[in-house]
Amino acid sequence: MSDSDGQGNAVIRAENLSLTFETNDGPVHALQDIDLTIGKGEFVSFIGPSGCGKTTFLRVMADLEKPTAGTICVNGVTPEEARKSRAYGYVFQAAGLYPWRTIDGNVRLPLEIMGYDKADQAARVKRVLELVDLAGFEKKYPWQLSGGMQQRASIARALAFDADLLLMDEPFGALDEIVRDHLNEQLLKLWAKTNKTICFVTHSIPEAAYLSTKIVVMSPRPGRITDVIDSPLPAERPLDIRDSKEFLEVAHRVREGLRAGHAYDD
Amino acid sequence: MNWFRDKVLPVLTVVLAIIALWYAGAIALNAPWAYDKATRTGENLTITTLIADTWTQDKPKLPTPDQVVREIWKTTGAMVLRGRTWSKRSLIYHAWVTLSATVLGFALGGVFGILLAVGIVHNRAMDMSVMPWVIASQTIPILAIAPMVIVVLNAIGISGLLPKAIISMYLSFFPVVVGMVKGLRSPDRMQIDQMRTWFASRWQMFWKLRLPASMPYLFTSLKVAMAASLVGTIVGELPTGAVAGLGARLLAGSYYGQTIQIWGALIMAAVLAAILVGLIGVLQRVTLKRMGMLR
Ligand SMILES: Nc1ncnc2c1ncn2[C@@H]1O[C@H](COP(=O)(O)OP(=O)(O)OP(=O)(O)O)[C@@H](O)[C@H]1O
Ligand SMILES: [Mg+2]
Repeated sequence: MSDSDGQGNAVIRAENLSLTFETNDGPVHALQDIDLTIGKGEFVSFIGPSGCGKTTFLRVMADLEKPTAGTICVNGVTPEEARKSRAYGYVFQAAGLYPWRTIDGNVRLPLEIMGYDKADQAARVKRVLELVDLAGFEKKYPWQLSGGMQQRASIARALAFDADLLLMDEPFGALDEIVRDHLNEQLLKLWAKTNKTICFVTHSIPEAAYLSTKIVVMSPRPGRITDVIDSPLPAERPLDIRDSKEFLEVAHRVREGLRAGHAYDD
Repeated sequence: MNWFRDKVLPVLTVVLAIIALWYAGAIALNAPWAYDKATRTGENLTITTLIADTWTQDKPKLPTPDQVVREIWKTTGAMVLRGRTWSKRSLIYHAWVTLSATVLGFALGGVFGILLAVGIVHNRAMDMSVMPWVIASQTIPILAIAPMVIVVLNAIGISGLLPKAIISMYLSFFPVVVGMVKGLRSPDRMQIDQMRTWFASRWQMFWKLRLPASMPYLFTSLKVAMAASLVGTIVGELPTGAVAGLGARLLAGSYYGQTIQIWGALIMAAVLAAILVGLIGVLQRVTLKRMGMLR
């Protein structure tokens, strides 16, 4: 599953990618000289201190932000073409469900926009809501759901249409540890079931180590990649794998990478 | 019982206080006239006869609540009972004339305001060029424009309902534009980015995100617009030569010093405004409830 050579079937390929925001206080180097290849079916976590450009990188992949130098390909084409062919689903940090739509209506929204026919819409909504354990909540409005359930609905929304790539920006950032553990487990199952490529931004070392086949460690000012770790953990991951030696080694290496990144500052 | 104490009692207290103040004010304002009369007839006024006089004058400076209520009854309920609901002396007839122009002006102003807002939100050039004019339009006193509109439209053969409705529209489109522009722009950057990730068209962005998001703003501004519409219509009725409508009643009342009639028309206008704004409130609740935006 984790073939990371990327020859021919790279989902993301970034070369010398840089992005500088021109602000009133001068330029901000959000990304600098990023080289990264992500293969099909990988689960890649991005981790790093606040402001190191994780969100910006995801937004570049999603064509929500234009790089100022270098190249990036998504599914072998430019991000813009990828966006126009609806190649990815994007899960924002906040669930961002529409308060005037039921859960069913919210998950249906991208399908309506993409012009799926009615019967197909219904079938897909039913399938993805089952996938995220929200069957039976179709008629509820977002405010009637807990934060964790809302976030699951927003993941369902990103899964409802045929995109092989899932971009997730701290989807569980606002949730407590227990809910988070549960959702992490579900996300892994979902990934195994759907065989999608996932780019996942997080602040949590255990989360990154538990979920990923590849961990990208970043450092701020300028935003760079300091380490790329290929996880030795098996595809099958029960929650208690987090007590294993391999897991602790991965977590340790991530921590080292983060520390090295911080050395730039002092 | 609690309900009575928490909801009814405070309102009742305020209403009673206002009525008491009103009667006291009537004594103070109408006393000079009572003294005048007394000196002319050589009468001697005691406190009770003074008060009795100030509360029952024909053309008082400030009529009492019961005088106003009797005037309203005389020109509404009593007329209905005599089968003369639509006579020129019936306040119901005049209220109806005002109401129809108000509703037409409100509808025109609402549609015009919404269209303008849609244009402003979607077109940068329109945003830059139209908005200043919209604001400038409201700095010109409506009292100055109203007669011109009436006269000009009259000259090209349009009279009656439409000129008044146009003046009412002139006042009512403004809050709709302002509220609707704010509402259509209320979706945040994340919601718009979300739409972009699905490659939604401008039309879909409008129809599925901006328009529903603007609904609470729309209803709030419609309430303001409705009140403005009524004011516009009444102002528009002032220069029509006092034919019909609450504005005409006000004008006729002030010509002949019929303060009781003026107050009757004023109260009628207030009741009309309360009903119309209340109707929009109901529409707001029903719509937002159906949209699931009301908890
Ligand atoms: N639109 C923008 N205009 C100007 N500067 C920006 C913009 N977006 C991000 N930045 C800057 O770019 C840098 C990287 O921001 P980014 O949001 O990608 O960080 P992040 O790694 O996602 O941080 P966090 O973990 O806090 O979410 C920051 O210094 C930020 O201030
Ligand atoms: Mg971020």
